[in-house]
Amino acid sequence: MINASLKTLSLALASKKISSVELTQLFLDRIERLNPTLNAFVTVDAEKSLNFARAADARIAAGNAGLLTGIPIAQKDIFCAEGWLTTCGSKMLANFVSPYDATVIRKMHSEAGMVSLGKTNMDEFAMGSSNETSFFGPVRNPWDTERVPGGSSGGSAAAVAARLAPAATGTDTGGSIRQPAALCNLTGLKPTYGVVSRYGMIAFASSLDQGGPMAASAEDCALLLNTMVGFDERDSTSLERPAEDYTLNLEKPLNGLRIGLPKEFFGEGCDAGVMAAVRAAIAEYEKLGATTVEVSLPNSHLSVPAYYVIAPAEASSNLSRFDGVRYGFRAEDYGNLDDMYMKSRAQGFGAEVKRRIMIGAYVLSHGYYDAYYLQAQRIRRLIANDFVEAFKVCDVIMGPTSPSTAFKLGEKAADPVQMYLSDIYTIAVNLAGLPGMSVPCGFAGGLPVGLQLIGNYFAEAQLLNAAHRYQLATDWHQQRPGGLA
Amino acid sequence: MSLTLEQVQRIAHLARIEVSEAEALTTQSHLNGIFQLIEQMQAVDTRGVEPMAHAQDLSQRLRQDAVTEPDGRAAFQAVAPEVEAGLYLVPKVIE
Repeated sequence: MINASLKTLSLALASKKISSVELTQLFLDRIERLNPTLNAFVTVDAEKSLNFARAADARIAAGNAGLLTGIPIAQKDIFCAEGWLTTCGSKMLANFVSPYDATVIRKMHSEAGMVSLGKTNMDEFAMGSSNETSFFGPVRNPWDTERVPGGSSGGSAAAVAARLAPAATGTDTGGSIRQPAALCNLTGLKPTYGVVSRYGMIAFASSLDQGGPMAASAEDCALLLNTMVGFDERDSTSLERPAEDYTLNLEKPLNGLRIGLPKEFFGEGCDAGVMAAVRAAIAEYEKLGATTVEVSLPNSHLSVPAYYVIAPAEASSNLSRFDGVRYGFRAEDYGNLDDMYMKSRAQGFGAEVKRRIMIGAYVLSHGYYDAYYLQAQRIRRLIANDFVEAFKVCDVIMGPTSPSTAFKLGEKAADPVQMYLSDIYTIAVNLAGLPGMSVPCGFAGGLPVGLQLIGNYFAEAQLLNAAHRYQLATDWHQQRPGGLA
Repeated sequence: MSLTLEQVQRIAHLARIEVSEAEALTTQSHLNGIFQLIEQMQAVDTRGVEPMAHAQDLSQRLRQDAVTEPDGRAAFQAVAPEVEAGLYLVPKVIE
């Protein structure tokens, strides 16, 4: 049951082979045993989880269960969940018990009847690519506990990779679903901007943030995406679109699929082992009937610089709400109101968050706005236009998710710029607002490698189809880390 | 471009984050490294390019001007650092 797909779990629950309470307990036991090593969860509340499980069992018994009713899931601690500690990996929110549910959480609990197992560790306010900026300490990669799981959804990735949960939620602002999925051998999907509601998802960079599923396979991700998407009047950027069943086209043959290979993703800057696995995956796609065409994303090298203006600018505005007045941390000793703000924020935020708030404050300040913020927005347009051109000759773009496999804890922590460059292949997708996936495609030096799939706007079903057919032909996604019995 | 220590302190003040002298020095070196990366943007000719603020080219949705949310005041104040009689307490602003 620990390694079972969501479909298998769903069938087992429906046929009463196992109850949701039993299944939930199975995963809670694993969390208790393995979480001290991995630090993947920051909050576990067995009683709450078992209550959800009992309610799910009642729904199953009454015959009104959905496909995911009773299935346990781990929630990234960026999603507000009523009555649960919701920390966003920060001392600032270390005592924050959310008074309401994020839309994603509400849909999973109330509509789908899923069982939350707890809240997963993450880089503070989702700012990081290694999970080392968390106030609650780093997460360890189940494939090698001396290495990082990636970030910012590092706890979610480690939890699913070590099978502390069958699946998890993540969020992706510059690669935070795809990069940890790649480093932990998972399938992760960042939907088109606006498809998944951001209500109750603690904001980092509002024009880039998007929630999505992290799981063992594309099929699992499709099932989860079905429950996560939908118009939400509480999110002003939520898109009104007809409902779509992402599982419908999973089996479609790939004959004639045109894969675009951006020459900028296949040049220098990527580890040889990663590149070899990615090229082998593309060769497999050709065997499955796809054709390849070289495309160009000539401005992609500008995506990291533009992102580190736009995301901090939005973050400096979003995080101004943390002032020690309405919620969260307030310093012990302070003088006047301004001093209370300054001390609460100095003590409540970690170093990386402070850096990004300061970059944002600077690029938005008088005299620098045009040179930095507006210039970054113009470059964002050029990057988005590159994709428009590329999708004229291909259906899906492929390349590496991350330029390296999981790196060692501490290896990049001292140099922010080195850390930022680990998202070099993922950031452009967020700037353009496109859907992107990472799919396990092999190993380099015993560590997982992710293949990135980028689709046109609203092409989630096509990405999932391409990933699923690949997973029918390969078993990389079924490999599990050893040494964690 | 290179930020001076004074500029770093000014930015920290704009961001309402207290920094010690030692922190300001570390921050200065980190920010200058990051801005070196960001400076790559300046070589690009973007004349005539419309700035892109958002991934979706949509206008802001409007809703009916009607009450839709229940009163959550008590629940919201329960998580505040300091409240009294339904008010958030902060240091005295007006003498």
